[in-house]
Amino acid sequence: MDTSEILELKKTACNVRLWTIEGVFHAKSGHPGGSLSAADLMTYLYFKEMNVDPKNPDDPKRDRFVLSKGHCCPALYATLALKGFFPTEEIKSLRHIGAMLQGHPDMKHTPGIDMSSGSLGQGISAACGMALAAKLSEDDYRVYTMLGDGECEEGQVWEAAMFASHYKLDNLTAIVDFNGLQIDGTVDEVAGLSDIDKKFESFGFEVIKIDGHDFEQIENAINKAKTVKGKPVVIIASTIKGKGVSYMENQVGWHGKAPNAEQYQTAVDELNAQLKALEA
Amino acid sequence: MAETKKIATRESFGLALCELAKEHDDIVVLDADLAAATKTEIFKKAYPDRFFDCGIAEGNMIGVAAGLAAAGKVPFAASFAMFATGRAYEQVRNSVGYPHLNVKIAGSHAGISVGEDGATHQCCEDIALMRTIPGMVILNPADHYEMIEAVKASYAYKGPVYIRLGRLAIESFNDPDNGYRFEIGKGITLEEGDDVTVIATGLVVYEALKAVRALKEKGINARLINMHTIKPIDKDIIIKAAKETGKIITIEEHNIIGGLGEAVAAVTAENAPVPVYRIGVEDTFGHSGPAVGLLAEFGLDAAGLEKKISELLNK
Repeated sequence: MDTSEILELKKTACNVRLWTIEGVFHAKSGHPGGSLSAADLMTYLYFKEMNVDPKNPDDPKRDRFVLSKGHCCPALYATLALKGFFPTEEIKSLRHIGAMLQGHPDMKHTPGIDMSSGSLGQGISAACGMALAAKLSEDDYRVYTMLGDGECEEGQVWEAAMFASHYKLDNLTAIVDFNGLQIDGTVDEVAGLSDIDKKFESFGFEVIKIDGHDFEQIENAINKAKTVKGKPVVIIASTIKGKGVSYMENQVGWHGKAPNAEQYQTAVDELNAQLKALEA
Repeated sequence: MAETKKIATRESFGLALCELAKEHDDIVVLDADLAAATKTEIFKKAYPDRFFDCGIAEGNMIGVAAGLAAAGKVPFAASFAMFATGRAYEQVRNSVGYPHLNVKIAGSHAGISVGEDGATHQCCEDIALMRTIPGMVILNPADHYEMIEAVKASYAYKGPVYIRLGRLAIESFNDPDNGYRFEIGKGITLEEGDDVTVIATGLVVYEALKAVRALKEKGINARLINMHTIKPIDKDIIIKAAKETGKIITIEEHNIIGGLGEAVAAVTAENAPVPVYRIGVEDTFGHSGPAVGLLAEFGLDAAGLEKKISELLNK
């Protein structure tokens, strides 16, 4: 990836963040913190890596993405809209009565959503099922799933990890958006998810640790994952919750609330300034 | 009645899967370390490449089934009714029910006829739990032939289906060579009669049949309906029965809360109000003992049903 490509991805990620804020602001609720921490990873997957076609969102041969941390769909909706799956205008009615964009992903009504999710721990199991289906059909599509670090406190994550490893699902790449915060405090304070890399390793995963905001590191990890045979891969991506909006960064309180009008303007101004700097 | 070969519906289920899999290569079977008990082992032996043991992890199994279905496969996920619908309730609701995925869930060892394992494994709540999930079809076949047809019908239907399987070997009384036809959502009238209507489901249908025939000898003409589909319930057959017989008795090997009886009562209350009496497990837990003995103790064998129906008619 050359510098101009990285620059384009950074700009796209900035737009994903802008539309994330737009969605949460208009919804007057939602989850900006974990959406902003995941924005660079989602941008890379949809704009650089995944074989998906907005005009044919149900193509059986497409790569899949399951947002196991479903509450961070504002960033996924922004990514899908910017990719062309649906108009960005839809984002302004996020969470409204009658809206296509639900508070958590709904595969039945939103083009580009591969799995309904939101109840934590369940998405990774569905991703395992999809990866298994690909093996059975001898298809070469890949399945990506993104987990929150707090989400890894769910027992089902480890049931799924055991399954993925047992059935050698090397077409599955799990990404943990490790921003270190959950609703009740830091992950360490709440449940102590220490040595998550060792946990996944002992479950039979190839573990890759990266900075989840560095596109070169993201690319190297995703590419390395594709070369791993006979076992699933997890990318532990260290991120900053609220990344890109100064007053939201590393703040537990911005897990699940919307900015008011003034805060919204500050966020938009900051992100626009970042975009302008990238364009300069 | 001439007794026929006894077979448990769980075994019929395993056999049916093998038959279906011959024609349909999209069928995949999952189990949670109970293949020998749910009888998916019959499928496992015939189609080892399409069988996946998920280990003792039912929540993940249901999620994997959802992912398989989302990618075009037709998964049948089996465990004990207790775990498939109880432990994994929320996975069934959110990963299968909400996206209306084409997943078939089989809950074996349903009801008190699990026997010796006792209350922790005797699931009398599965129908109630599955009824609350929008779009979930619930099938509760009464014998071998009905299970074979139910499995075929569940495959043909595109969407989530819960199939209830029993542990206890029971008589096969439905005769496909003599007019028996299965259709999801259509109850089957086994005996005509105008004094009262008895509506039974699952493993106790044969016991109800024996009871109703014994009552006929005593001059009580009860209509008997086999309600193999709990959801969507056959409203027409219930309303007709209510209007023509004026009284309904339901029989199920399930808690009377949330099961067949309440489903029937909801239909009559809204369309043709008549007294509805529910025979079943009366809001209690089961306990250990031989299955046949437990059915008798809970009044769900032919003798107990005959007595209870007579009592209710004299009310």
